[in-house]
Amino acid sequence: MTEITFQGKTVVKGKAEGIALVSREPLSFWGGYDWQTGEIIDRRHPLSGQIAKGRILAIPFARGSSTTTAVLLEAIRAGTAPAAIVAAETDFFFALASVVADELYAASLPLVTLRENDFGKMESGDEVRLLDNGTVIVRKQNAKE
Amino acid sequence: MPLTLTPKDRAMLNGDFGPGTKMAMSILARMAEVIDAKELLDISGAHIDSTVYIGDAGLEFAERLARLGAKVSVPTSLNVSGVDEHHWQEWAVPPDWAQKARRQMIAYQSMGAAPTWTCAPYQTGMKPRFGQQIAWGESNAIVFANSVIGARTERYPDLFDICCAITGRAPATGLHLTENRKGQILFRLEGISEDLQRRDDFYPVLGNLIGKLTLDKIPVIEGVTFTPDEDQLKSFGAAAASSGGVALFHMVGVTPEASTSEAAFQGNKPLRVVEINMEALRESRRELTHADGDELHLVVLGSPHFSLAEYKRLASLVAGKTKHPQVKFLVTSSRAMTQLADQAGFVTPAREFGAQITVDTCILTSPMLPDDVQCLMTNSAKFAYYTPGLLKKRIAFGSLEDCVNSAVAGKIVRDEALWK
Repeated sequence: MTEITFQGKTVVKGKAEGIALVSREPLSFWGGYDWQTGEIIDRRHPLSGQIAKGRILAIPFARGSSTTTAVLLEAIRAGTAPAAIVAAETDFFFALASVVADELYAASLPLVTLRENDFGKMESGDEVRLLDNGTVIVRKQNAKE
Repeated sequence: MPLTLTPKDRAMLNGDFGPGTKMAMSILARMAEVIDAKELLDISGAHIDSTVYIGDAGLEFAERLARLGAKVSVPTSLNVSGVDEHHWQEWAVPPDWAQKARRQMIAYQSMGAAPTWTCAPYQTGMKPRFGQQIAWGESNAIVFANSVIGARTERYPDLFDICCAITGRAPATGLHLTENRKGQILFRLEGISEDLQRRDDFYPVLGNLIGKLTLDKIPVIEGVTFTPDEDQLKSFGAAAASSGGVALFHMVGVTPEASTSEAAFQGNKPLRVVEINMEALRESRRELTHADGDELHLVVLGSPHFSLAEYKRLASLVAGKTKHPQVKFLVTSSRAMTQLADQAGFVTPAREFGAQITVDTCILTSPMLPDDVQCLMTNSAKFAYYTPGLLKKRIAFGSLEDCVNSAVAGKIVRDEALWK
């Protein structure tokens, strides 16, 4: 078990803990995320079939349709959203869902960006702790899943 | 440097313009900070994508703003909604779902937006002008406004577009600014026959490919030897905005900011140069079909919404023909465009052929398709891209003519001649 600490940039402040679900492929939540179950349903995406609910979802940015925000907001309200999203760049679509959830329900989704090099070191199955100053603590399993 | 607000922005934030405007400005200012904007700028038009009923959170957001008395402060068009207000009973839409979708329509209309209910607002009287600063939602509308018209909008998502419409402001960043509109990746068409370029199935296939290769960069397409019409550019943009995050493209000699390749890149060098050949296009076309065999239950056209010119073409293709009794044939468009087409005599031949026409909405945003409809065919790369994930149904892609011929034959038939 090794532990690595990354200093990320806070986009929407918050603390979270969970198991990482990681892909280098961007994802459209519209047509890609079932907010009633938290399943990734874009059948062309490497994470297709995975349940992102409660996970630390690490994807570089949102692809395609501008409806990604609305779907993520529904997921936050329904309790099927990831515990936090780690992205490779500031993603407007993710951030907006979190800000609106805060305005409407006082329930935001923590959002942090990592430098590309650091983002590249994250793997599915890592145990991740996100602190509210943007620090991301990653504990790696020695044997890969 | 932090965000600087004008006295009027601050007054909106303080609630001097009412609680609805205060909520909209609060979201706008927080998001402007997230993206490191230095200031906000005035917009003079908006297109709202948040009209699509997805779930209760989106509805509660709209009704909260409406209840707080928010009104749009610039001319604002509305995207497709969740239901065809007058014909939803013809399809499999659950009544309680239709009720909520209608509440969402009413909430946005009550804020003063025009009930256009279309994903192609650029083909209505609310089309923006070259250089106009606007805040638009809906990916295909954004890419068309930026690229084909030369108006200026960022990729505004649902929920944010309405905040801009209410306040009349948007962050002064991204594609609003000239320096961020320069091309980044050069795509050169090599060995693509002009006969293929003229076909209506060429541009969706090209758009799907370029979207996938570009992701969120700005592509410049060079080597188009035939000037595409508005509907071909519409289908290209919709495809590129689905498979990638394309919000602006330049087509050399075609789009207004690309009189030359140098103009499109604003004198800079491309980050990459990519050759587009027939092999890559054939692969892109294959990707758009997710169907085994030739079984067909429904042909669906109109993503983005059918234009007058498309209704006209359909009318001539179906004249004197009748669709196979086992195949449904659906056209989606706006109510205004459908009325125009009807007055021009283009709707009657389609109905005689056996087509059904649905306005205000889209198969991707309305739970309208019954369970026995499993095998679809379309001429839209956007429908082809989203149908497997959103609707969990199989879909084949073909030209408009392929779609008509398939509906007559009762099975998928495609003209492969120019794709070989």
